[in-house]
Amino acid sequence: MIELYVLLGLMIAGAVIAVEVKDLLSAVIAVGVVGLALSIAFLLLRAPDVAITQIVVEIAAVILLIRATLNRDISSRPSAGRPFGAVMGLAFLGLGVLASLTAFPEGLSPFGSPLMTVSAFYPADAMSGTGATNVVSAVILDYRGYDTLGEATVLFTAVVGVLAVMRATGRRDAEGSGESHG
Amino acid sequence: MTLIVRTVTRLTIGLILLYGLYIVLHGHLTPGGGFAGGVIVALSFINLTLAFGGKTSAGVFSGESAHLVEALGAIMFLALALLGLQWGGFFDNFIHADGEPGMLVSAGIIPLANIAILLKVGAGIFSIFLALIVVQNFEEGDRQ
Repeated sequence: MIELYVLLGLMIAGAVIAVEVKDLLSAVIAVGVVGLALSIAFLLLRAPDVAITQIVVEIAAVILLIRATLNRDISSRPSAGRPFGAVMGLAFLGLGVLASLTAFPEGLSPFGSPLMTVSAFYPADAMSGTGATNVVSAVILDYRGYDTLGEATVLFTAVVGVLAVMRATGRRDAEGSGESHG
Repeated sequence: MTLIVRTVTRLTIGLILLYGLYIVLHGHLTPGGGFAGGVIVALSFINLTLAFGGKTSAGVFSGESAHLVEALGAIMFLALALLGLQWGGFFDNFIHADGEPGMLVSAGIIPLANIAILLKVGAGIFSIFLALIVVQNFEEGDRQ
């Protein structure tokens, strides 16, 4: 389990670097480190399906971010001199730690130990019920088809939103008043 | 892009596409599935766009056909769900009796649903990429 904590530390370090570093390309690379460490953490937790999805989505996201940020001088970043935000962040972090300590006085139960009844049913029934040897596929596409339909709808909405905001004709119309948009 | 990138892309792009299709078609047997495989397939087209430019990739798979394929995938997934109403209920696995577990043709509608999600996710990610790249090209054109 020690390697999992090493990975978690790497992810936290990558996230902090991504927020703090001035160069946008370095920030994108640090975000990529976070995603890669998360993918390896999924593998260590024996979730290869999620690990594959995580790493390919991370690659796509890093390519998109690099293409979107490279050769573009976005100099406006939140200035470091905002003590109120830092104090409030620390206060809420402490509040969260305090709440979790009072909620779980004898510590959290080990990972995956309070199994729900349904999660014992799925691995037992998946082979005979659906004929799929990959239980994860059987769950997300058969037992929990609604969830996948909702997920597909979320992605569809995201694509429609991106296409509506980034469409070329709208940009061309706004060419005259481009200054006001920054 | 440089000659090195183009040559490597020409050598590897077919393999990337094939790997994505393998992940999708074996989604009910091994880890993976429509979402992961769809993103890999989209990445192969993104690779083509980055290496050879938008014109070459539009000759293979244009933005308009990406929109069409995405809508097709969504309709195919919904149609699979609605077809289940005929036999048992929404998302009923209505052909699961055929095929033995572990073979490629098995598990009823799950491979078909994987293919629908492949179309939807692959075309969706690729059209998001195209939208961002086109806007960037416009801005670079404005600056010059």
